[in-house]
Amino acid sequence: MNTTPTLELRNLEVAYTVRGIDRQVLRDVSFAIAPGEAYGLVGESGCGKSTAAFAAMRYLPRNGKITKGSILFEGQDIVDINEDAVAKLRRSAISMVYQNPATALNPTIRIGKQIAEVFELNGVSSSDAMMMAEQALTRVQIADPARVLRRYAHQLSGGMAQRVVIAMALASNPRLLVMDEPTTGLDATVEAEVLDLVRELRRDTGTAVLFISHNLGVIRNMCDRVGVLYAGALVEQGATSDLFSNPSHPYTVGLLRCIPRGGLHKSTDRLDTIPGTPPALGLKFDGCVFAARCALADDKCRTQLPQMVTINGAHVARCFHSDKASSLPRSVEQIEYAPQVTGHSTKVGDALLNISHLSKVFTQDGHKVRVINDVSLTLGVGETLGLVGESGSGKTTIAKLLLGLTPPEEGGVVTLDGKGLAKTLNRRDVADVGAMQIVFQNPDQALNRRHSVTRIVGRAVERLRKFSLADAIARAHELLSGMRVEASLHSVRPVQLSGGLKQRVAISRAFAGAPQLVVCDEPTSALDVSVQAAILNLLVDLQKQDKTSFIFISHDLGVVRYISDRIAVLYLGRVVEFGTSQRVFSGPFHPYTEALLSSVPNIDGSTRKRIPLTGSVPSPSNPPSGCVLNPRCPRKAGSGYETLCETEEPNLNEVEPGHFMRCHIPMAKLKQLQS
Amino acid sequence: MLRFIVKRIGLSILTLTIVSLIVFLMTSIMPGDIAKQILGRDASPEAFEIWNKEKGFDKPLVVQYSRWMGGVLTGDLGTSFQYEMPVGEILGPAASKSAQLAIVALILIAPISILGGIVAAMNRGKKVDRALTVGGLSAAVIPEFVWAVVLILVFGVAIRAFPVSAFPDEENPNIVSSVYHLILPSIALLFVLFGYISRITRAGVIEALDSDYMRTAVLKGLSRKTAVFRHVLRNALLPTIAVIATQVPYLAGGLIAIERVFNYPGFGNILLDAVIARDFPLLQTAVFLTGVVIIVFQLIADILFAVLNPRIRQKVTE
Amino acid sequence: MTDETAKQAQQTVLSERLAVLRKNKAFIVGAAILCFWALSAIFGKLIARYDQDFMDYEYINSAPSGKYWFGTDSNGRDVYSRVIIGSRIILVISFLATLLGAFLGASLGLAAGYLKGKFDMVLMRILEAISAIPVIIIALLAVAAIGRSSSIITILIIGFIFTPNVARTVRAAVLGESELEYVAAAKLRTEKTAHILFREVLPNVLPTLIVEFTVRLGYAIFAVATLSFLGAGLEAGSPDWGTQVADTWSLIFTNVWWPTLFPSLAIASVAVSINLISDALLEVFEL
Repeated sequence: MNTTPTLELRNLEVAYTVRGIDRQVLRDVSFAIAPGEAYGLVGESGCGKSTAAFAAMRYLPRNGKITKGSILFEGQDIVDINEDAVAKLRRSAISMVYQNPATALNPTIRIGKQIAEVFELNGVSSSDAMMMAEQALTRVQIADPARVLRRYAHQLSGGMAQRVVIAMALASNPRLLVMDEPTTGLDATVEAEVLDLVRELRRDTGTAVLFISHNLGVIRNMCDRVGVLYAGALVEQGATSDLFSNPSHPYTVGLLRCIPRGGLHKSTDRLDTIPGTPPALGLKFDGCVFAARCALADDKCRTQLPQMVTINGAHVARCFHSDKASSLPRSVEQIEYAPQVTGHSTKVGDALLNISHLSKVFTQDGHKVRVINDVSLTLGVGETLGLVGESGSGKTTIAKLLLGLTPPEEGGVVTLDGKGLAKTLNRRDVADVGAMQIVFQNPDQALNRRHSVTRIVGRAVERLRKFSLADAIARAHELLSGMRVEASLHSVRPVQLSGGLKQRVAISRAFAGAPQLVVCDEPTSALDVSVQAAILNLLVDLQKQDKTSFIFISHDLGVVRYISDRIAVLYLGRVVEFGTSQRVFSGPFHPYTEALLSSVPNIDGSTRKRIPLTGSVPSPSNPPSGCVLNPRCPRKAGSGYETLCETEEPNLNEVEPGHFMRCHIPMAKLKQLQS
Repeated sequence: MLRFIVKRIGLSILTLTIVSLIVFLMTSIMPGDIAKQILGRDASPEAFEIWNKEKGFDKPLVVQYSRWMGGVLTGDLGTSFQYEMPVGEILGPAASKSAQLAIVALILIAPISILGGIVAAMNRGKKVDRALTVGGLSAAVIPEFVWAVVLILVFGVAIRAFPVSAFPDEENPNIVSSVYHLILPSIALLFVLFGYISRITRAGVIEALDSDYMRTAVLKGLSRKTAVFRHVLRNALLPTIAVIATQVPYLAGGLIAIERVFNYPGFGNILLDAVIARDFPLLQTAVFLTGVVIIVFQLIADILFAVLNPRIRQKVTE
Repeated sequence: MTDETAKQAQQTVLSERLAVLRKNKAFIVGAAILCFWALSAIFGKLIARYDQDFMDYEYINSAPSGKYWFGTDSNGRDVYSRVIIGSRIILVISFLATLLGAFLGASLGLAAGYLKGKFDMVLMRILEAISAIPVIIIALLAVAAIGRSSSIITILIIGFIFTPNVARTVRAAVLGESELEYVAAAKLRTEKTAHILFREVLPNVLPTLIVEFTVRLGYAIFAVATLSFLGAGLEAGSPDWGTQVADTWSLIFTNVWWPTLFPSLAIASVAVSINLISDALLEVFEL
C-alpha cells in the first residue's frame, strides 16, 4: 500500500496583512490525508478552516501569505513551486468545490463550455470535450444533461449548480478534492442529496477529500477523520467516531454540548455554552489559544503552549488537561432580568394567538403569485410555535403579515389575546404594536448602525411604554444588563459588538414594549453554535419569566425541536402539518415532514434511511394541481391514493387530537408505510 | 424581448417629451422679453407688437409649443433670428463637423481609456494603479478649455507640433489634413474623458477579477492570463461599453469650449453664438436635438446590453 | 476575550481608519491646496500685492518679474493679485451652488427613495430628462433665457442643474437603506415617517451625501469656470479666473502666455485638490 499521504500540511502558518499589520490566521497546523481518505476540518467562523483549504490549493487572497511550514502534495512540497506548476497541479490532480455554487459559475458562458474547458485544458479536442462534459453531468446524476449543457448559471437551482461544480471538479479525475462548505446555504433536502452524491462518487473514484464545514453533523456523516480548529490552531484530531464519542479538548467538548441535538427539549435540558467570544483575528498567544474561555484553564495553560498529547492511537488533543476534558464544568450563565410589569394575567397554555385563513398574493411581472395560502394556526400563552420549511415556503412572509408590515388578503384575521388586530401596522394602537414584536435574523441590518445601543432600546421603551426619556433610558439599561449586555457597552454603536451581543440588543429591543408575542425570524442562523446556545438559553429564560410566547422561524430542525411546543410545517405557502412538538416529531409524519427530518445529518452517528424528495420546489406562481407536494411526494407512489393526490388538494384535517395534517393518505396507512 | 424593447423605446419617447417641455418652457416663461432683447430697448411698442405677432409669440403657449414640436417632427426646425435662415440649414453642416471631431476623438479616447482601466485593475493597489486613477480623475476635473489653452500653448505655440486651429486652411482639405487638425482638440477631450472611462473599466475588471467564477477558472488550472482573457474581459467590458455609451454624450457639453478655443465651426460654436445672440428658435432646437442624440445613444446601449447579456436577456424575456 | 477587549479592538479599527486618511498623501496635498485657496478667498486683499483693478501703463503685457510675479495683462494689471483675489468668486459661487444642489437633491432623493410609488416615478422621469442635457448646455440655455448673467443667477442655475444628480445618488442610497430591517423595527415602535426618514435613514445616507457633495463641488468649479470662460457666467470685467482666461487667451499666440496660464493653473489646482479630497473620503467611508 502507498504510504505517502495525498496531502500533508506540516507546521503550516499563514498570515493576512490587514491595515498594514500581519495577522496570523493559521498557527502551526499539521495534518495528513491518506489516499482515498476523507478528512474533515471543523470549527466556528474565523477559525481558519477555509484558509487551510485555499492554502492546500495554493490560492490565498492577495493579502495572504504562507509564513512558515510546508504543504506536501504526494510528498512534494508545493509552497514554493511556480505558478505554471501550480496550474498544472490544479488541472490534473487537485480540484475544489465551493460554497455558493451559483456565483462560482461564469454568468455569461454556457455550462457546457465551462465544463468542457477543463477537458480542453488537458488536451482533449473541443468536440470530444463537449461530449465528455455531457458524461460528466450524467455522472453527477443530472437529469437531461444535454439540455443543462446549453444553460447559463442563473437558470440552475442551487442544488443543480453545485452538481455542475462537482462535475467540473471531478472532470480532471483529481487525486484530491477540496470541499469548502459545499452544502452551506442549500436547503436541508438539497443538502442531503448533494452529500449522498459526494459519498457515492467517493466510493466510485476513491478520491481523497478535504472537507471543510462548520456543521458537525455533516462532518460526522462525511468524514473518516476530523480535525478541530480553534483560532487558527488544530486543537484536536482523530478518527470521526473516536472524536465524537470521546471529545478530549475542552473546546470540542463545549462545542458538542452547545448543539441542540435530537431529543433535547427546553423543558428538560439546558444547553451548555462556551463563555466569552473567539479572539480577534491574529491575536498573539503565550499559552493555549482556548485558555481565555476554558473552565479548566490554569496558569500553565495561559503561559505555556500545550503540545498534542495522544488520547488513544491516532486520537490527539492539544491540551494539558485532556484527561479532565469530559468533566468540563457546565457554564451557569443566567439572566438577571427584572420581570415585566404588565396587566396580562393569563396563565401558561391559555389561547393567545389565533391566526385564521391568512393569505397573501404578490404581483410579480403582472402575474399573481399566491405565496401564503389559507394559513390558520393557534398558539398559547408562554408557548413557542416553530415554523419550519425550506426557502420559499413563506415563513418570513407569515411573520410580516402578523406584524402588520404587509397587509394580508381579505378574509385573513389575526387575533391576539382575544382582540382582532388591524391589518396594517399604522392602524394598530401602541399597545397592540408593543404586544407583538420581532427579532430579525441579521442584527447588522436590524440595528441602526448610527445609533447607540442605549438609544436603540431606549427609544423603543419610550415609544411603546410611553415612558419619559429618563425612565425609558433607565429601563433600557435594566433590560440590556438583564440580557447580559454589560453597562460599559451601553453607549457604543452596534458595529463595536460581536454577533451574539448584537442579537442580545435586538432581543432587548423586542422586549422593550413588554410583548406578549415575539416573532424570532432565524435569530441564530448567522451565529456560531456556541453563541447560538447562549441566545437560545436567553430566550427560554425570558419565556419562563414573562410568559412570553414565541413564533420561532428556523431552517434548523434541531433548534426548532429544542425550543418549540408546537410545530407548523410549511410547504409552498401552505401548512402541511401542525401540532404539538411531541406529536409532530414522533410520527406518523406528513410525507414532507418525513423527508425533511430524514435529510438532517445526524450528529449522533446513527444512520437513518433517507426519504428523498425528487425534483425541486415548484414556483408558487405555477403550483402543481392536486396536492402541491404530489410531484415530489415520497409516499404517493404505492399508497393507493395517487389519483386523488394528483387531482384534489387535501384539507388540513385533524388526524388526532391537536395534530393536523394536509394529506390524502390516512394516518394508519402512513404509519404502515413509515414503519 | 420585444416587449422590453418596445417598453424601453416608449420610456425614451416619454423622456424626450419632458425634455422638449423643459427646453420650451425655459425659453418661454423665463423673465426677459425676447423682443426687447432682439430689437433693442429703444424700439417702439408697435415694433415689438408687430415682431411678436410675426414670430407667433402672441399666441398661447400651448399653440407655440405644438407649432414648434410639430415643425420638429415634420422636419421644419424653424427660422433663426440671427441668420434669418432655416435652422436645419445652419445646424446640419455644423452637426456633421462636430460628429467628425467626436469620431476622431472617440477613436483616440476609447481604446486608450479602456486599456488604461484594464492596466490599472490588473495592478490594483500598486503605483501604476494609483497613478492612473488619481491622475486620470484629476485630469478629468480640469475644464476642457484649460486643457485646450494649455495644449495650444505647449504644442501649438511653444513646440509647434500641431496646428492651433481645428479647421484646415486649404480650400479642399484631404482627410489626413482634416484629422491632423483634429488631433489637438481630441487630446484635450481625452484628458477629460480618460478618467471617467478608465475608472468605469477598472471597476468592471476588478469586479470580475474578484468574482467567484474567476476563482473557479484559476482553480480549474487556467493560467492567470488565459483566465483573464476568457472569463474576466468578456464579463467586464460588456457593461463597461454600455456605460461608456451612456456617459460619453453627457460630456459632449465639453465640445462647446473645445470648438470655441480651436475655432471649429461645429454644433457647439453655433449653439454658443445662438446664446449670445438670444437666437431662440435656433437655440431651442439645438438643445432639444442634443437631448435626442443622448437619449437615442442610451437607448441603443441599453438594448444592446440586454441582448448581449444572458441574464438580462432572460429576465426581460420572462 | 472579554467584551471589554472586543470594544478596544473595535476602537483600534476606528483609529486605524483615521490613520489611513492621515497617511493618504493625495489627501494631504489636496487639503493643503484647498486650504491655500480658502485663505486667499478670505484674506485676498491682504495677500494680493496690488488692487485687482490697478493698471500700470508702463507695464502692459509685461512678463513675470520681481515687481509683477505673474506678469501683467494687456491692461497692465497684476496677474498675481487678480489670481489671488479671483479665488473668492469661484469658490463662493461653486460652494453655494453645490450647497443648493445638495440641499434640493437630498430632499427630493430622500422623499423619492422613501415614499416610492407615483411621486418617485414622476420625479425620476423629470430628473432624467433634465440630466439628458449636458450641464453646460442647459446652463447656457438658462442664461440666454434670463437674458443676463450674474453670480446669483449662476448659483441658482448650477444648483438646480446639480439637483437631479444628487437626488439620484441619495435616492439609490435611501432605497438600499429602507430595505434594511432597522426601518421595519422603527415602524414597529410606532415612529412617524418623518422621524424614520430624518433620524433613522438620513444619518446612514450621510457619508454618501458628503462624498457626493465634494464630487459635485469639483464639478461646480468646472462648470463655473467654463461658464465664465464662455462669457455666460459672471458680470463682465470680474477678476474671476475663467473670465481672465477668456479675456487673455488669444494673446498666447503672441507668446504672452502668463495672463492665461496662471489663472488656468489656479482653476486646475482647485479642481484637482477637491478631487483628491473626495477620493480619499470615498476610501475612508469605504463606499
